[in-house]
Amino acid sequence: MKQLEGQTRIPSGCAISAVISREGRGMTGEGIIESMRPMRERSNGLGGGFAGYGIYPDYRDFFAIHLFFDDNSCRLECEKFLKERFDVVWAEEIPVRKLPEITDEPLIWRYFATPLQSALRSMQVDENTFVARCVLKINVALKGCYVFSSGKNMGIFKAAGYPEDVGRFYRLEEYEAYAWTAHGRYPTNTPGWWGGAHPFGFLDYSVVHNGEISSYDANRRFIEMFGYACTLQTDTEVMAYIADYLLRRQGLTLEETASVIAAPFWSTIGTKPEREKRQLSYLRAMFSGLLLTGPFSIVLGFTGGLMALNDRLKLRSMVVGEKRDLTFIASEEAAIRAMEPEAENIWAPAGGEPVIIRVREGAY
Amino acid sequence: MQYINATELEARALNETIRNCREDCEITNCLGQRFIGAGLSRRKLSIYGVPGNALGAYLDGAEIEVNGNAQDAVGDTMNAGTIVVHGSIGDTAGYAMRGGSIYVRDSAGYRAGVHMKAYQEKLPVLVIGGRAGSFLGEYQAGGIILVLGLHTDGKPITGYFPCTGMHGGKVFLRDCCKNVRFPGQVTARRAKAAELEEIRPYVEEYCRLFGGDAAELLKGPFTLVTPDSSNPYQQMYVAN
Repeated sequence: MKQLEGQTRIPSGCAISAVISREGRGMTGEGIIESMRPMRERSNGLGGGFAGYGIYPDYRDFFAIHLFFDDNSCRLECEKFLKERFDVVWAEEIPVRKLPEITDEPLIWRYFATPLQSALRSMQVDENTFVARCVLKINVALKGCYVFSSGKNMGIFKAAGYPEDVGRFYRLEEYEAYAWTAHGRYPTNTPGWWGGAHPFGFLDYSVVHNGEISSYDANRRFIEMFGYACTLQTDTEVMAYIADYLLRRQGLTLEETASVIAAPFWSTIGTKPEREKRQLSYLRAMFSGLLLTGPFSIVLGFTGGLMALNDRLKLRSMVVGEKRDLTFIASEEAAIRAMEPEAENIWAPAGGEPVIIRVREGAY
Repeated sequence: MQYINATELEARALNETIRNCREDCEITNCLGQRFIGAGLSRRKLSIYGVPGNALGAYLDGAEIEVNGNAQDAVGDTMNAGTIVVHGSIGDTAGYAMRGGSIYVRDSAGYRAGVHMKAYQEKLPVLVIGGRAGSFLGEYQAGGIILVLGLHTDGKPITGYFPCTGMHGGKVFLRDCCKNVRFPGQVTARRAKAAELEEIRPYVEEYCRLFGGDAAELLKGPFTLVTPDSSNPYQQMYVAN
């Protein structure tokens, strides 16, 4: 009998890529799709995806909620749930291009919505908290419904397939983003399925990840104490929740967040000046359950910027390059050259060294 | 000389083309194709563009010249031959190489020379013009790693945890290494004039390839790192 993915283990790779315009210029999805081509061997066709920031300017004040549904009855149940809590100003199937390479697609919908004021008042929470809780509620309680994108003026597009095909499937040439991230998946220990493709998103945070989190269950247990629920059967999901918890709820800076999830070794902390030593020790002690061990290179997307980060041992490759107002990040230099043959200042960040690129204030 | 345009050629097709052409090759528009020149024993490849990972893996005598940067795992387990990179090189350069030489004009990523080994007449040499990332010479068992420190970005000549698990071979760093922390099982000391004679031919070759004054470079100072004994793990698993 043929063993299905998930019943058998396939050893791995994975590819990530990203581009951002520091001037906030819109770029269609064609460049980022192109960047995934030279890294085809890093994926195996069981997951590909993209996140674009700034793609919904007409609905910029509304949460763009992207959903997979197993069938129409799931959709109707979910829409009932949404309408009780949100003012949904626009709902539609996400436009796709039928391709022989992409099969078994679920129903793929998007909703532009804003929380009902009455609901916010009665729960006494701000809109981000409200949306976060609704997203988790849908993923946990509504069978056959998966929210895979929930930020404002950004969107995630993912599928089981090679990233180049996934990009064409979602017609990414029709969107313009000031920042794109991309992922080609080669699932290791968990099944390749639509919900398990990257990026993983939560509110406007998105994560693409090459690697494998050996501390996953410790991280999951820690983060689930704060109301998050890991439902998508793969390790990277927990990173999106960790980003939300540390950045939005705890108010840490991106640099501090990097020092938590890729904390330096104690021996390295010992060599730092006193003030830095105190701060790094504090972060390691305070959030010890959020240290991610095992190999990773990630790109975290957020409104107005990107952060690239490697695990502290740098067990996955990552390079950064620039051209004009653009910054590129990818698993391989070839991917950067596919986007911009004349890219300059190619360099490899050290393990645990965050690379943070922000769009000029007011330009997004 | 055969000219190969690698545009639209995926790794397998490109490598077949190289294997079938039976003479020196110049490859243009390379973009991430893996395993170029793998196991090749003769001929010369000159590459323009960015070759993919595992360039020259298991190389067995051929010459490869990259006119730009190279990616990860260059010369993985190579046995003989030469790889010259006119740029920088990614992680794990010379991974487990056991013969031949790699010359890198600029800097190397993490784990350069990880698990290099030597046997009888086989002596692999990895020469890095700039600096090296963390875990340089990790688990090194033999051969020579030479880092010249010609980089200009102000960063240390090597990152954290150099020579971790090293149990054979030599690392020469053209620096005093005052701020570099070495692990307990290696000795790092100033190299003596006689010891520098061993690396003279490699420094001269580096200067021939990329320019520079070998005599000036050889003035050092060089730090020489070696394992504390020929078999530092002798007592670890069995008591004999």
